[in-house]
Amino acid sequence: MDSRSQRSAREGAGDLTRMTAAELSAALAAREVSATEVTRAHLDQIAAVDGRVHAFLHVAADSALAQAAEVDGRRSQGEPLGPLAGVPVAVKDVFATVGMPTTCGSRILEGWHPPYDATITRRLRQADAIIVGKTNMDEFAMGSSTENSAYGPSRNPWDLARIPGGSSGGSAAAVAAYEAPLAVGTDTGGSIRQPASVCGIVGTKPTYGGSSRYGVVAFASSLDTPGPFGRTVLDAALLHEAISGHDPCDSTSIDAAVPPVVAAAREADVSGMRIGVVTELSGDGYQSGVLSRFAEAVELLESLGAKVTEVSCPHFRYALPAYYLIAPSECSSNLARFDAMRYGLRTGDDGTRDAEEVMALTREAGFGAEVKRRIILGTYALSSGYYDAYYGKAQQVRTLIIRDFDAAFGQVDVLVSPATPTTAFPIGERADDPMAMYLADLCTIPSDLAGNAAISVPCGLAPEDGLPVGLQVMAPVLADDRLYRVAAAAEAAFTDRWGGPLLARAKGL
Amino acid sequence: MSITRDEVAYLARLARIALGDAELDHLAPQLDQIITAVAQVQEVAAEGIPPTSHATGVTNVFRDDEPAGCLTPEQALDQAPAVEQQRFKVPRILGED
Repeated sequence: MDSRSQRSAREGAGDLTRMTAAELSAALAAREVSATEVTRAHLDQIAAVDGRVHAFLHVAADSALAQAAEVDGRRSQGEPLGPLAGVPVAVKDVFATVGMPTTCGSRILEGWHPPYDATITRRLRQADAIIVGKTNMDEFAMGSSTENSAYGPSRNPWDLARIPGGSSGGSAAAVAAYEAPLAVGTDTGGSIRQPASVCGIVGTKPTYGGSSRYGVVAFASSLDTPGPFGRTVLDAALLHEAISGHDPCDSTSIDAAVPPVVAAAREADVSGMRIGVVTELSGDGYQSGVLSRFAEAVELLESLGAKVTEVSCPHFRYALPAYYLIAPSECSSNLARFDAMRYGLRTGDDGTRDAEEVMALTREAGFGAEVKRRIILGTYALSSGYYDAYYGKAQQVRTLIIRDFDAAFGQVDVLVSPATPTTAFPIGERADDPMAMYLADLCTIPSDLAGNAAISVPCGLAPEDGLPVGLQVMAPVLADDRLYRVAAAAEAAFTDRWGGPLLARAKGL
Repeated sequence: MSITRDEVAYLARLARIALGDAELDHLAPQLDQIITAVAQVQEVAAEGIPPTSHATGVTNVFRDDEPAGCLTPEQALDQAPAVEQQRFKVPRILGED
């Protein structure tokens, strides 16, 4: 253990929230601090700041403290413990959690208590991580700001008047506000990387099928991918490893070894790596400070020994339109399950209306505007007469985007781009302009469509607004370890240059 | 115009969403704008390109057929809007005639 975590542990509860998951794990294993102390410190931080940040929809204080006491008891008995024993984690409200509500940010699931745990939830429990609560999100993971949550937006710890990104914005805000060192989210079009980028933390979309969708409320099944958030690359890797791996309960789960992400994060070496800058993920619509920080990050990687070239992926410009056909199509099918019959909201059942009328009234009352837009858009794209021109064509574009990636990864080991075209925008600015909101995912969507792996790691503050910028690294399917190798190298060099973690400069709280 | 207000109303009925008039007025022009934008995919020359429905290419995944536990009736009905005689109670499903 390094001197910093020893010092933090001695200084007491106030500093426990500043420690990384890796530092907490070491201090817990050395019995310098108990899981109960660590959990209390984070619950205290939630109590102190979440009234302003609104990262959480549900704080599970009692069960977290009970779980922490159990971990402490087992540790004192010398029993074997999981890899994240005693480390707090925040869980996006899309994951089914026994004993806690699971609302998906929607009125239609208000107060719903799932009868089983998602595989990710179960793996967190098996890792002996302490689940401190459920985090806010855009309704059914549709959005880039958390403004589509039925329970009100979360706020960016860098500037409370701005969005924390989305859809996993609550998870990102919780980690950036030191309410938890780790959080899990899901990425369908960028819903982990975009909030990580605008909150100045690390977030990874693993290879599709590398982390289980079982017990994740479905949005777009061919895209939905659970993944980790952390304040450091190593922390994200530790969580990535703990939640990943084959799951027989998810038929799209990949039956292969988890890539060595933790080892790669520790190596943090890019010497000799071939890095491609994607030509198409730049130019008009990108904030100048985002482009300048991104250019610096590329120069930095080159100075660390990487070989940088420019790579063209000509079909990426069609990724956004293809995504907004494929994801709504899948959503219109998946969300048909909210029919007011077996669980969730039921409205208008006055004894005179038939089931279809009750269904339509319930869905009208229970879904927000963005969810309705996407269900109707998907219904349109899948309807006979339009199917070939829209959904069918989007699926062909998806093939062409995969081919672009295949060609690029024939020349380079990883691709890089900005994670988002702009820094965090003000709450309300794009709330009723769906096309403007969709542009937030311009850089992240290609990896979702291709099912490969991608990460966002902080690369500085945009000079014009002082808000964080994320560097996106993309790697081939099941080469997730390359993300961590590159991101950790960049993080180490940047942290030296900045004289400490970027997040230390956040002034919103 | 890619899509009319009447078409949006029809799609909402298909999707079982009882949209009000004010909501239709609001959503229809937005959907028109979105559909115009996503129609860009039609510019792509994709003749003979196979569609991708799923990126990993996993097909026909089976698991062993082994007995395992399942939810009890109480667990299954616990979150139901209405229950009667250990069953989900639903509104009538057939019309008057």
